[in-house]
Amino acid sequence: MIDPLFLTEAAINGLLLGGVLALLALGLNLIFGVIDIVWIAYVDLVMICMYAVYFLVQVYGYPMWLGGIASVALGALLGVAVHVLIISPILSSAPVNQLLATGGLLFFLQSFATFLWTTDHRSVRLTLPRLEILDMPISVARLIAFALAVLAMLGLYLFLTRTYVGTAIRAVSQDREAMSLMGANPQRVYVVTSAVGGAMAGLAGALLIIQYAVHPFFGAAFGPITFMICVLGGLGNMVGAFVASFVMSEVIAISGVIWSTEMGYVIAFVVFIVMIFVRPGGILARRS
Amino acid sequence: MTPARIVAGAVLTLMVAAPFLPLGVSREYTIHVLVQIFIWSFIGGAWSLMGRFGLTSLGHGAFLGIGAYTTTLLWNFFGLTPWLGAVVAMLVTAVFAVVVAYPCSRFQVVGHYFGLVTLAVGEVIRLLIVAERDWTGGSLGVTVRPAGHDSVLAMQFADKRVFYYAAFVLWLAGLLIWWRLDRSMARSAMEAIGEDETAAASVGIRVSRFKIGITVLSAVLTAVGGIAYAQYISYVNPDTLAGIGVSLRIVFAVVLGGMYSLLGPTVGTALTIALAEYLRILFGLKFIGMAETIYGFVLIVFIIFLPAGIYGSIRDLLRRRPAALAAPAGTTA
Repeated sequence: MIDPLFLTEAAINGLLLGGVLALLALGLNLIFGVIDIVWIAYVDLVMICMYAVYFLVQVYGYPMWLGGIASVALGALLGVAVHVLIISPILSSAPVNQLLATGGLLFFLQSFATFLWTTDHRSVRLTLPRLEILDMPISVARLIAFALAVLAMLGLYLFLTRTYVGTAIRAVSQDREAMSLMGANPQRVYVVTSAVGGAMAGLAGALLIIQYAVHPFFGAAFGPITFMICVLGGLGNMVGAFVASFVMSEVIAISGVIWSTEMGYVIAFVVFIVMIFVRPGGILARRS
Repeated sequence: MTPARIVAGAVLTLMVAAPFLPLGVSREYTIHVLVQIFIWSFIGGAWSLMGRFGLTSLGHGAFLGIGAYTTTLLWNFFGLTPWLGAVVAMLVTAVFAVVVAYPCSRFQVVGHYFGLVTLAVGEVIRLLIVAERDWTGGSLGVTVRPAGHDSVLAMQFADKRVFYYAAFVLWLAGLLIWWRLDRSMARSAMEAIGEDETAAASVGIRVSRFKIGITVLSAVLTAVGGIAYAQYISYVNPDTLAGIGVSLRIVFAVVLGGMYSLLGPTVGTALTIALAEYLRILFGLKFIGMAETIYGFVLIVFIIFLPAGIYGSIRDLLRRRPAALAAPAGTTA
C-alpha cells in the first residue's frame, strides 16, 4: 500500500502541474475555438519563448520581469507571424493540410532550435524561497505559475466578455459566415486572436522556464497532452479547458506515483480517449 | 501501346534491374535508399486508404509499433520465426484497430476529433513501449537477435538485394490493393460516408461496418510495413516506429504526393526520403539540425502552394492541357 502522505504530495504536485497545463491550453484553446485550426506547433512556440527568456535572464543578466515581458511580446509576434505567413494562405484548404502546415512548422522549429542551440538542457536558476507544508516541500516556482495562470485566465475571460474586440472574437467563433455578412472582417479578428494566443504562449514560456529546463524537444513532451486538454475541455470553452487541465494533471501525478511517469501519461491518454467517446462536447458540456 | 504504358514498362524494367546496375561504390547505398522508399511508400499507401475518405489518422505509428515489436519480441524471446510472428502481429493489430475504430464509429468521432483520438492512441503505444523497458528496451530500442547466417526462416540476409526485391514486391502488392479498393463498391460507399454519414446511412450503407473495415485493412497493412522495416533495419525503437513523429511523417509524405491518386503516396515518400537523404549528405555532421530545418520549411511551402500534392497537381495540369486544346477543335468541327 502506498503511503497516504505520498499520495497527498502527488495530489498537490498534480494541482501545481495543472496550473502549467492550464496556461498552455488557454492560448491554444482560444485559437482552436476561434480559427478552428489545430496549431500542432503551439508548444514549440512556447519553447522558442523559453529560449528567449533563458538568454535574456541567464546569459545576458536582465531581470526576470523584463524577460517575462519580452517573452509575452515575442509570443504575440510569433503568433501573428504564424497566422499571416502560414495559416491565412490555407484557410480554405482541407483541414488535413492546415494541420500538416503547422506540423511542418513543428519540424522546422524543433530542428532549427537543435541547429542553433544544440540539444543541451538549459534552465534559468532563480533563487526562490523554499516552502514546506506538513513536511511536504512545495515548489514556489510552481505556486507562482499556478497563481499567474489563474490570473491570466481571469484576464482572458474579462477581455473576451468586456471588450469590443473580445465580443467580436466570440462572435466569429460562434458563426463565421454570419460575422462576415454583418460587414465585419474575420481576418482582423483572426490576427488579434493569434496575437493573444501567441502572447499566452509567451507567458507560459516565461513561467515554464523557471521550473523546467528547455530543450528543442520540449514541444514534443508537452504538445500532445495540451491538445488533449483542449478537446477534453471543449473547443473554445475556457473554463472547461481549465477544469480539464486539473483532471489530467491529477491523473498524471497520482498514477505517476503509483506506477511510473510513462504509465501516468498512458492513463491520462486513455482517460482522454474514453472521455471523447462519452462526452464528445467536453467535460462541462451539457448532454443534448 | 500508349506512350504512358511504354514509360511505365520502362520504369518497371529499370526497377527490376536496379540492383544489378553498375553503380560502383554507391550501389549499396542506392539500394538502401530504394528499399526505404518502397517500404515507406507501402505504409503511406496503407494510410491513404483511410486518409482519402476523411479518416485522417495521426496515430498510424501505433500500428507500425505493434507490428514491428510483436514480431521482434516473439523472435528474440521465443525464437518464433518472423513469418509466424507477422501473422500474430497482424491479428493483434486487427484486434487493436477494431478496439479503436468501433467506438470512433459508434460515437461519430470525426474530423479534428478523430485526428486527436488517433494521436492519443499513437502516444499510448509509444509510452507503453517505453514503460515496459524490461521487455522492449525502453527508449533505447531493441536489436533483432541475429541468426548468424542468411536464413529465410529468420528473414535475415546479408545481401541487401534480397530485401530490395522483397520490398519491391511488397510495394507492388500495396498498389494492387489500393487499385482494387479504388475500383470496388466499397470506394463509393466510403466516399458517401466521408461526405455525409447520415445521408449515407439513409440509403442503406452500413456506415460502421465500412469504417471499421477500412481502418482494420489500413492498420494491418501498416503493421506489415512496420514488420518489413524492422526486419530490414534489424533494430526497433519507439521513436522511429511509434508516436507522433513517425505518424506525422507518414501523413506528410502522402499529402505531399497527393492522397487521391495511386502513385501519390509513392511520389511523396520518394521525394521526402530523397530530400532528407540529400540534406543529410550535404550537411553531414556539420550543422546538426539544419537538414531537418530545411525539410520542415519545404513541407510548409509545399502544403501552402501545392494543396493537391505534387503528383495530384501535375496530373491535374496535364489533364487540363489536353482538355483546353480539345475544346476549340471541337467547336470548329
